Amino acid sequence: MSFSVTEPTNGTKWFAGILVVAYAVITIIPLLWIIATGLKSPADSISYPPVVVFEPTLEGYVNLFTDRTRATEDMLEEAGPPQTWYEEIARERGTIISGPSRYGERFLNSVIIGFGSTALCMILGTAAAYAFSRFRVPLKDDLLFFILSTRMMPPIAVAIPIFLMFRNLGLNDTHLGMILLYTAVNLSLSVWLLKGFIDEIPIEYEEAALIDGYTRFQAFYKVVLPQAATGIASTAIFCLIFAWNEYAFAVLLTSGTAQTAPPFIPNIIGVNGKDWPAVAAGATIFLVPVMVFTVLLRKHLLRGITFGAVRK
Amino acid sequence: MAQIRIEHVRKEFGAFTAVQSSSFTIEDGEFFMLLGPSGCGKTTTLRMMAGLELPTSGEIYIDGEEVGMKPASQRDIAFVFQMFALYPHLNVGKNISYPLISQGMPQAQAKKKVGEIAEILGITDILNKPVGGLSGGDRQRVALGRAIVRDPKAFFMDEPLGALDAEFREHMSEELRALHDRMNATTVYVTHDQLEAMQMGDKIVVMNHGVVEQFGVPQNIYDWPATKFVAQFIGSPPMNFLDFRGMLGVGESKVCLGEAEFEVPRMLDGANGDLTFGVRPEHIKLDDAAPYRGQVSAVEYLGTTQIITLDTSNGTVKARVASSDKVSVGERVGLRFDPRTVSIFNADTGHVLKSEANEGVLNHG
Ligand SMILES: Nc1ncnc2c1ncn2[C@@H]1O[C@H](COP(=O)(O)OP(=O)(O)O)[C@@H](O)[C@H]1O
Ligand SMILES: [Mg+2]
Repeated sequence: MSFSVTEPTNGTKWFAGILVVAYAVITIIPLLWIIATGLKSPADSISYPPVVVFEPTLEGYVNLFTDRTRATEDMLEEAGPPQTWYEEIARERGTIISGPSRYGERFLNSVIIGFGSTALCMILGTAAAYAFSRFRVPLKDDLLFFILSTRMMPPIAVAIPIFLMFRNLGLNDTHLGMILLYTAVNLSLSVWLLKGFIDEIPIEYEEAALIDGYTRFQAFYKVVLPQAATGIASTAIFCLIFAWNEYAFAVLLTSGTAQTAPPFIPNIIGVNGKDWPAVAAGATIFLVPVMVFTVLLRKHLLRGITFGAVRK
Repeated sequence: MAQIRIEHVRKEFGAFTAVQSSSFTIEDGEFFMLLGPSGCGKTTTLRMMAGLELPTSGEIYIDGEEVGMKPASQRDIAFVFQMFALYPHLNVGKNISYPLISQGMPQAQAKKKVGEIAEILGITDILNKPVGGLSGGDRQRVALGRAIVRDPKAFFMDEPLGALDAEFREHMSEELRALHDRMNATTVYVTHDQLEAMQMGDKIVVMNHGVVEQFGVPQNIYDWPATKFVAQFIGSPPMNFLDFRGMLGVGESKVCLGEAEFEVPRMLDGANGDLTFGVRPEHIKLDDAAPYRGQVSAVEYLGTTQIITLDTSNGTVKARVASSDKVSVGERVGLRFDPRTVSIFNADTGHVLKSEANEGVLNHG
């Protein structure tokens, strides 16, 4: 097979452009829909046919972050006029804010567990990958295969043993437990990806550093790590995305203290199942950290996700 | 600066022996070539000297001190890698100052030193550039800069010109040699290119299959090879080999190839059996009166000289003769060999027989 070496014509460029835009629109619409729903009133959010032009309100966000009770005449009198804009929004629906919701805590749990497991996974993964790449490890190939094999079935297949194990170890519903679990799941992929990246860094760089007077660890730290940054960044994104979005284990193993946002968000819908704007608001906010993380590391990504196939 | 001495150094990788009991000495200030075909153990030998590989057995002395088990960082040597190993995340100046900073030299002092080195190498104008976009020659200069900035005891270079274009190699090899003469540093240089070794080296060690075949000054190695391998590896075209069976007694100075009798240097070793008569192409003269005949099978014109390929009863021979000699393919001509420059080898072991002519060279190396 050969590739054309002629310049693409204007027609082809247009065609390619239209394809890309069409694809972008198709993938972005659900995202826009969620963001829009978060700004709708509950009635608009479930109206049929769906409304595209609507009057935006922050009611969804207020409902997301607060607990409210239906107000009686007495209660309203007692509370006096609303002091803040969000109290005002709640009053319009005849409710009174009784306190903050748990969404903030759950979100924070997601941050701790997601970023914590990603960090741990990167530390262990980089160290293991470096050792596999540079040292004579006995049974190296078998060990690497074993590490990969831990990822050969869907992790949830071992949910019950893990549930029992966690209960016996007292890890149920703890941050530590979830961090360890997500790290274990992600580690095999990390070791393999990172080993590939480290293999590509010529060993001469470290040897040059050794001759220049550095210790082995300094050579690793000052020479290998900066050059593996691309690989570490893209691997970290894979790990974070998995840990951040993981739902099944979170439902099974967390309920209170360590519950992450994904199992919590569906509960927001409320007893009468109408509060879609709050759910959409929860989902929108939930998207932000991964997006920020990805954007921050994006310059590493192109080379990273093509696994080093694209060279500068 | 330093004298480096290798004694019975051996390196095994598992069951495979990469270097077998090598011994040689590199004198202070020498430009020393490690020459041999690819895979013969040159890099391994150099890496053991540098401390990047531990010898399986044997001793390595730098300035009289045994360093075989010392880590690379404590040997005070500089290494120029084949692919230069410039740190891609640092610019040119930082690459050069890296070894100084790692030794704890203050930034300002390091900067001054880098300035001086850049001056010597003519790279002052690229000090702030990233190393990514540099040409091969500039990369080479930066790698050299990083090596010389520290004033190490010795420079080790592993095929430093291997990554450069042919036309640039010539230029760079002159630059390297000039730099060496200016700094007068002990330099160990690995190459598989015999021409490069002959041109640049004060001394050469020739290796093959992990064995040191010969060690000495280029002229001696060229004129008086210790083995058939050296005779063939060095010189282009290489030394001619004429196989014959015969008996040579100690003190004799004649051999017979078939009917023809040839004078050779007086033998100090005797031998009986399969022997090889070795003569360099430029030591063959065409002479119609000579009894030993060959048939011309090819003529290669090279300007002032020409290479004549001849078939003889003892094998194919290439002669380098003046272009003015008129010969044509198919012709039968007589051959004379300069008796002072002939080597006789034991065909089975490949070792040269000692004679009065090569005795000095062999005993020295
Ligand atoms: N780390 C190693 N493990 C196993 N074999 C090696 C290693 N390094 C070199 N060798 C082998 O040792 C031999 C000599 O290698 P080397 O010193 O690199 O040769 P040269 O530099 O002369 O081309 C080669 O056959 C090579 O395959
Ligand atoms: Mg080599």
